[in-house]
Amino acid sequence: MTGMRTIDFDAVIVGGGGAGMRAALQLSQSGYKTAVISKVFPTRSHTVSAQGGITCAIASDDPNDDWRWHMYDTVKGSDYIGDQDAIEYMCSEGPQTVFELEHMGLPFSRTESGRIYQRPFGGQSKDFGKGGQAARTCAAADRTGHALLHTLYQGNLKNNTVFFNEWYATDMVKNQDGAIVGVIAICMETGETVFIKSKATVFATGGAGRIFASTTNALINTGDGVGMALRAGYPVQDIEMWQFHPTGIYGAGTLVTEGCRGEGGYLINKDGERFMERYAPNAKDLAGRDVVARSMVLEMLEGRGCGENGDHVMLKLDHLGEEVLNSKLPGILELSRTFAHVDPVKEPIPVVPTCHYMMGGIPTNVHGQALTQNAEGNDETIPGLFAVGEVACVSVHGANRLGGNSLLDLVVFGRAAGKHIEEMLHQGIEQRNASDSDIEEAMSRLQRLNDSTSGESVSSLRTELQDTMQNHFGVFRKGEFMQEGIDKLKGMRERIANVHLEDKSQTFNTARIEALELENLFEVAEATAIAAEERKESRGAHARDDFRDRDDDNWLCHSMYFPVDKRVGKRDVNFSPKTVDTFEPQIRTY
Amino acid sequence: MLVSIYRYNPETDLKPVMKDIEIDLPEGKDLMVLDVLELAKQKDSSVAYRRSCREGVCGSDGMNINGTNGLACITPISQVVKPGKKLVLRPLPGLPVIRDLVVDLSIFYKQFEKVKPFLINDTTPPAIERLQSPEDRAKLDGLYECILCACCSTNCPSFWWNPDKFIGPAGLLQAYRFLADTRDTADAERLADLDDPFSVFRCRGIMNCVAVCPKGLNPTRAIGHIRSMLIQHGT
Repeated sequence: MTGMRTIDFDAVIVGGGGAGMRAALQLSQSGYKTAVISKVFPTRSHTVSAQGGITCAIASDDPNDDWRWHMYDTVKGSDYIGDQDAIEYMCSEGPQTVFELEHMGLPFSRTESGRIYQRPFGGQSKDFGKGGQAARTCAAADRTGHALLHTLYQGNLKNNTVFFNEWYATDMVKNQDGAIVGVIAICMETGETVFIKSKATVFATGGAGRIFASTTNALINTGDGVGMALRAGYPVQDIEMWQFHPTGIYGAGTLVTEGCRGEGGYLINKDGERFMERYAPNAKDLAGRDVVARSMVLEMLEGRGCGENGDHVMLKLDHLGEEVLNSKLPGILELSRTFAHVDPVKEPIPVVPTCHYMMGGIPTNVHGQALTQNAEGNDETIPGLFAVGEVACVSVHGANRLGGNSLLDLVVFGRAAGKHIEEMLHQGIEQRNASDSDIEEAMSRLQRLNDSTSGESVSSLRTELQDTMQNHFGVFRKGEFMQEGIDKLKGMRERIANVHLEDKSQTFNTARIEALELENLFEVAEATAIAAEERKESRGAHARDDFRDRDDDNWLCHSMYFPVDKRVGKRDVNFSPKTVDTFEPQIRTY
Repeated sequence: MLVSIYRYNPETDLKPVMKDIEIDLPEGKDLMVLDVLELAKQKDSSVAYRRSCREGVCGSDGMNINGTNGLACITPISQVVKPGKKLVLRPLPGLPVIRDLVVDLSIFYKQFEKVKPFLINDTTPPAIERLQSPEDRAKLDGLYECILCACCSTNCPSFWWNPDKFIGPAGLLQAYRFLADTRDTADAERLADLDDPFSVFRCRGIMNCVAVCPKGLNPTRAIGHIRSMLIQHGT
């Protein structure tokens, strides 16, 4: 395409959150020409909102702690569709990765002996579930994500990573051989569109919680990476698996960390009863998030919810005392006072299960290489494309993520992808240049939007989409009801494609970005809906009224959603860790 | 509710203007300023502003709200406007405006980068974490929480006057965050970098920074500590 600028890098990372910046750091440190494209200034990425901590067996709280115990918890938490080779890699590499962050300056809270402070989180155990509750989540007060993200940004500044801040990637560029050779990106400040060419393109674009009306996610979590992958015709894995966090602030959706319950807080219903004792007699409030969220919804359905409409429950913290709350949960005090108008020192916080995390995403191997399936159904890597963090499905979370495992996922696999790309670059990557028509293909969506003269508004379509997902694909799901949701979505693709961009100006045009984001939201929503209807069982976060049991005979596998024919296929779960015995599927109770 | 928003698009406008827009507020709910802006954008999609986390931790939506700098997402309108009065939104003062409420933060970030905002310790790290006592770690409280929203620096007359030479409260808070960290070994280098008439000493103790910090931090106190350290180091 004539007149378009091309900028050339060894590696380009799309997304400036924890995973992207960890990958970038790895590559910058070894001297490769590395760029991070981020639609917001990097420290504004959603990693900043992570509160409770990063789970990892660093053996501070318990000197005998063992990464294998963490692995056991994670496999069980995933309801057995997490890949055991990937979980093994994450849990065993974790300690080194966390120590590196500390050496980089991350201001972890400390124990009396000067080691990193660890708190209990949900789904954690000692001795493969036999030794009681573990405290394995490394914390910087309740601002761990903020501390981690700033530390990584600082590390990248130190190592001269090139940042394209407030640049928005619209689509990937595929060459004639089917290799990904970079992305088209818009500079938001000037409106200039550029081909950012790269030997390795890493998607670290985060999640898509904004497909739901009620979410803990930042406004920027619009599934841009998943949208780009689906548009390019690549499959996504386990995309029906969405985590609803038990404690979003009622009405506002802002997150209250699981660390509250880790520090001794608990949930109560309108009778003041600690109801989790009935649903999870051992772990109680620290059962898996899916279990706690469902129990809360059942309490409300059975008329024991709080408030006039009985549509929330309460999180009680006041018994912990002001001193503990001030030192361990200062951010929660702030958020509760601002968004719930309650002071947790004196009164409980109204909470409700709220969409929080996308377990599915672009399938990858442990090196972050994006995968697709060939005609025979075997894995094949997509040349030039990598994915790390929430956008990826490696899969360490399976059907339900454990609290504190997302920050670990980010840094472990950001680092792993960085290392692998380092090796590949060292050996030399040869790719054919993108032709003008390859670039035009990637530009087509942007072109259509810029040429639009009539159509519906972005904000009304977005609200309609979010309400549809909220109503038809929430905590509890049912076949016929999901089918209705799918039918509603069907009509929306065309309408969203024909959305009207009224404001055509170049300078910091956020309306244009929001229109492009809406298309990504839709791609994620449609994939979620179709995959959710197809998985005819209940597993982890996917709970169906019409198929209440886990069905290991038919569904002990990943789902693979193929966008071209909107087909849902299957992919084997890895049950072959390298250094430990396989954890066989068991009935999952807490 | 009447909302008056600073509008400027360099492609079409010769100068900025304040434009009023009428917003219907839902009954019985105290909205945040950001919620009001989102409603305004539904009516007029061309309004430009930054936003991300909508819970006061990412620092995107610093702006001037009825004369005071703050984060739109955690400022309830009841706190800034009396019933029946106008909500007035302007960009953070003292920086070039890119468009509407979006300012060019380049010089703010440059001052942040000047203080080498990263841990420097060239000794070989142990196989585990570097140990730090809870007391030493507590020295970082009130410093590391900065979200780089720029509310403080753009509220500082000394920064307005010398944005290229005075580091400003946000940058200095981070300078002290690393000076105060027992794991950092570059105090001498850091202090030498700051030892000139402008970088630190242009702070006149006005405390405008403290007055607006949405995280309740105290850059003036941190600057005071840096001054003492500079003096002790025999400058």
